[in-house]
Amino acid sequence: MTASANVTPLLADRPVANMRPSAAIELHNVTKIYETASREQVHALSNINLDVGAGEFVSVLGASGCGKTTLLRIIGGLEGGYAGKLTLHGRGGDNSRRNVGIVFQDANLLPWRTILQNVLLPTQVLRLDKRASIARAHELIELVGLKGFENKYPFELSGGMRQRVSIARALVHDPSVLLMDEPFGALDALTREVMNSEVLKIWDTTKKTVFMITHSISEAVFMSDRVVVMSPRPGRVIAEIPIALSRPRNIDMLSEERFGGYTRELRRLLDVSALQAVNAKNSS
Amino acid sequence: MTIDATSATKIVAARKRERLRWAAISGSDYFISLAGFILLVGIWEASVRLFAIPDYILPAPSAIASSLYTGFVSGIFIYNFGVTAFETLIGFLLAAVVGIATGALVAQFSLVERIVYPWLVALQTLPKVAIAPLIIIWAGYGIGSKIFIVALVAIFPVLVNTIMGLKSCDQGKLDLMQSLGAGRWETFCTVRLPNALPFIFAGLNVAIVLAILGAIVGEFVGSKAGLGNLILEANFQFDVARIFAVLVILAVFGLVLSQIMRVLQNIFLFWNKALS
Repeated sequence: MTASANVTPLLADRPVANMRPSAAIELHNVTKIYETASREQVHALSNINLDVGAGEFVSVLGASGCGKTTLLRIIGGLEGGYAGKLTLHGRGGDNSRRNVGIVFQDANLLPWRTILQNVLLPTQVLRLDKRASIARAHELIELVGLKGFENKYPFELSGGMRQRVSIARALVHDPSVLLMDEPFGALDALTREVMNSEVLKIWDTTKKTVFMITHSISEAVFMSDRVVVMSPRPGRVIAEIPIALSRPRNIDMLSEERFGGYTRELRRLLDVSALQAVNAKNSS
Repeated sequence: MTIDATSATKIVAARKRERLRWAAISGSDYFISLAGFILLVGIWEASVRLFAIPDYILPAPSAIASSLYTGFVSGIFIYNFGVTAFETLIGFLLAAVVGIATGALVAQFSLVERIVYPWLVALQTLPKVAIAPLIIIWAGYGIGSKIFIVALVAIFPVLVNTIMGLKSCDQGKLDLMQSLGAGRWETFCTVRLPNALPFIFAGLNVAIVLAILGAIVGEFVGSKAGLGNLILEANFQFDVARIFAVLVILAVFGLVLSQIMRVLQNIFLFWNKALS
């Protein structure tokens, strides 16, 4: 939070959306060091302190290699061996898989399963009640706009539709936290825009806490309550920008003056961090 | 939403058109193949008669057909085919089951891999049929030794492909299972094994051809019955027409087996065919 002190006046004089309810994700001094094959130590993450409130939509922006995916993997229980503390809803992060749903960049559907069977996968692994799960899967398939496709196979769907299935799958066990790792990175620009609005609608309906990684500045501003900017080597948080655009968001807001202000500010922060990374590389 | 739906139906429709087009092409292909076959047999028959080639060098197709007929009527072909088919199928099934199971153990447990892998590498380049005489000495002239030889010859492609398929699972799907807290066995059954099926089937397709080869070679080395035994016998009697007749049976047998494999593959891998 100290880093957000150096935001420009344009953003600082707004009422900061700091009235978050209890934190859904709490990261306290999380540090992750990799050791490469040549015994070299790489600081993937350095002293990350970050809270995400329940029901909040937070995006992370940063150059590749800034550790944002590592951060998401730690929260999702896919990466161990880190220092510091992770809490999900006040509980230790390691045995709370039921509470997290992950949307990956690739839909990662199982091609030999129908759409319905794919959506049901988490409930099967988590041994949830079958009948209730099927009912919920049908609801979610409808929510992501794929009603009628339940018995189709992934190869019969387009890329955007597959990603919708993976969103339904991430929500089927009713987790309170939704983690998304560049969920629209593999989609074309048009589909991507449609999906942004769709996900916001789903978020609005389900009231999940969303933690999303993206490379797109405008996507981050358009969707989020707060944008976290990370910088590489070592991966750390350099700024947190609350986005005070009203909800629900719509496409017209993209041309608003304030929207432009946010994107300019974020671009500046990213450029600075990229420059620092280049300088650090040259000096070493 | 609408963009997605229409583009998907378009994709499906395009695939359907493609399939129909292929069906049409292969239909005319069948006709051309059949015409070519009839032409070849006709030329063969005519040349044998025209140049009066003796039967013990190259029998005419008509002589082969009559040898086939008498062989079947006397029951000698049916019995010996039964023996060879039994050896081939049981040996193949043994190779499939043991190959897939061992491949799974190697891919899942690094300890097993470290024990088995050096043997695998060493034995892979060895021509397995060279061991056939040894196996006849150990296991005798009966059906058992042939089944063993068949399994030995057929197991390698199954084993190697199973290991390759199980190891080639893409990390995203494994991450998904891990994020849900799935255990090793559950991940294996739900993701790794189905994902490896295209590889395993490729191995089985090679293995089925090798299985017939193994059975015939085994019978050559030492046997009391079977189509390989029949070929040797006919060879000693210079009954070349009968040799050709047995070859015809073997060719049809191989064709039928590979067609069965194809049908099984289409059933189990429908999702993979559509993907590529």
